[in-house]
Amino acid sequence: MNQAAQNEAATLGQTPSSLDSMDGKEHGVIVEPALPHPPENVAIWCHDLSFRYREVEVFRNVTFHVHSGEFVVLTGKNGAGKSTLLKLVVGLLEPQQGQVLVFGVSPRRRIESIGYVPQHASFDPAFPIRVEDVVGMGRLSGLSYISKDQKRGDIEWAMEQAEVTDLRARPFSALSGGQRRRVLVARALVGHPRLLVLDEPTANMDIDSENKFFEVLARIKMGATILIATHDSDFVSELADTVLCVGQDSEHPHSVHRHAMEKAEDLPKDIYGSNMLRVRHDIELPDDACCEGKDP
Amino acid sequence: MISFFQAVMNPSVPFVRNALIGSVLAAFLFGILGSMVTVRRIAGLAGAISHTVLGGIGLALFLVSRGAPGWISPMLGALVFAILAAITISIVSIKAKQREDTVINALWAIGMSLGVIFMAKTPGYADPMSYLFGNILLVTQKNLYILGALNIIVLLLVVRFYRHIEAASFDEEFAATKGLPVMAIYLFLLLIIAVAIVMLQTFVGIVMVIAMLTLPAGTAGFFSHNLAGMMVNSSILALIFSVLGLILSWVFDLPAGALIVLIAGMVYIGISVGRMLQGRRSSKS
Repeated sequence: MNQAAQNEAATLGQTPSSLDSMDGKEHGVIVEPALPHPPENVAIWCHDLSFRYREVEVFRNVTFHVHSGEFVVLTGKNGAGKSTLLKLVVGLLEPQQGQVLVFGVSPRRRIESIGYVPQHASFDPAFPIRVEDVVGMGRLSGLSYISKDQKRGDIEWAMEQAEVTDLRARPFSALSGGQRRRVLVARALVGHPRLLVLDEPTANMDIDSENKFFEVLARIKMGATILIATHDSDFVSELADTVLCVGQDSEHPHSVHRHAMEKAEDLPKDIYGSNMLRVRHDIELPDDACCEGKDP
Repeated sequence: MISFFQAVMNPSVPFVRNALIGSVLAAFLFGILGSMVTVRRIAGLAGAISHTVLGGIGLALFLVSRGAPGWISPMLGALVFAILAAITISIVSIKAKQREDTVINALWAIGMSLGVIFMAKTPGYADPMSYLFGNILLVTQKNLYILGALNIIVLLLVVRFYRHIEAASFDEEFAATKGLPVMAIYLFLLLIIAVAIVMLQTFVGIVMVIAMLTLPAGTAGFFSHNLAGMMVNSSILALIFSVLGLILSWVFDLPAGALIVLIAGMVYIGISVGRMLQGRRSSKS
């Protein structure tokens, strides 16, 4: 059985041998061992992941997991692969080896459960669209038809969460950078996602906007798992439960490692809207460090 | 000389009535497809498809002159070339985005050159100019039926998939995370544009199709608040430009296609300059 079939088997909760029997092929013969299946309380399960863009290797045998309800910060230098990892998690990219599962299945089968805020807000400023219509896009699911009434309540709720209700009738192009990012968060929230993935949402944002943005995230943290990539690799918001460093280790540039954090109370509170946590790049934690006291 | 409106009502000159109906039907296609072309910024791509069409027309004329079966027509040749160009561009766009510009320009030049060479080798008189600039007065009843059908198909698709089209045009990456087949939508859009270009080039010619796919939509973009509004406004503008151009071409005995585009272009430039001056004045005060 090939790797893809094994991935699918793991996705469906079946063993490769059971699939072989279904196919009528080589009964009982397992060419490679089955991939492990994530526990139920795991939101993101990344096992033995390898990925490359043609000649450029990005990840090699990366394994980590994120528990449901956690606020996870992904740090790393520019070009380390943060955006690539997020795209693998939301299903925009497929791993060449290993598996990425979201709530136990492949991300493409969890469209409804994932909210995504992309990195570059490089939208055409001449595109005629109002805030409310941008937020409404979050309710789409494949080519199925959703009436305006069906999504009205969800749009109202999402705009309220992201504090953009007052902006609803404004053209998207007329908003400031911070307002646009909040609108995109509202768009990601419309489908009531269980996992919210944000790619450097505070890049080029002023301090006030950044504070407001993290206030919004603090509210959302109550109801969703959050995975956020950030350009600052030394300090993260106090909201963070876990920090994952991408390509931090020069000896292992294609890796993702869990690192320790400590309170940095000596620093001003004027960013992230709260105390900050200092990332201890010198203390690497085992992948199961987050599992203590959590039921499988 | 009888007036334009008398000519429209006169059954002995059906080509004037056909031209008017054709203009009305074309206006909706120009408005709807033009808005999608404009917001997606693929005007260059539509230009390449429309110019590739000349190669297909030339090949069909050449083959017919060499005894090919009668069902091979310039329109069929144009359609085949337009669809091939749309598929080629979309594959390049998906597989090698950085080569898109080169391929677009190459198709543009190769299509036109093939057309000129085939026409040069076709016995009798085949003037590329007539295909480049078109003649709205040559619209036939059959053309009108095909245009009408294309209008209905485009309208139905836009109404049913409006939100999906809007999302895929605004933010393709996000749309893909919501399970939208963004590449299929893109390919389908290019194919519809290719078919529409083949139909519309009869009216205003290959060169000017691209102008009518961008100018009314560009003008509508100045005062539209969403894509649907842009489609409606742009269709109304295309209708006004087309009918006005047709009437003036009748009155002043000028080529209709060129006149329609000239009116559309003047309105677009006029509004652009007006807004620029207005912006400067408000920034000074």
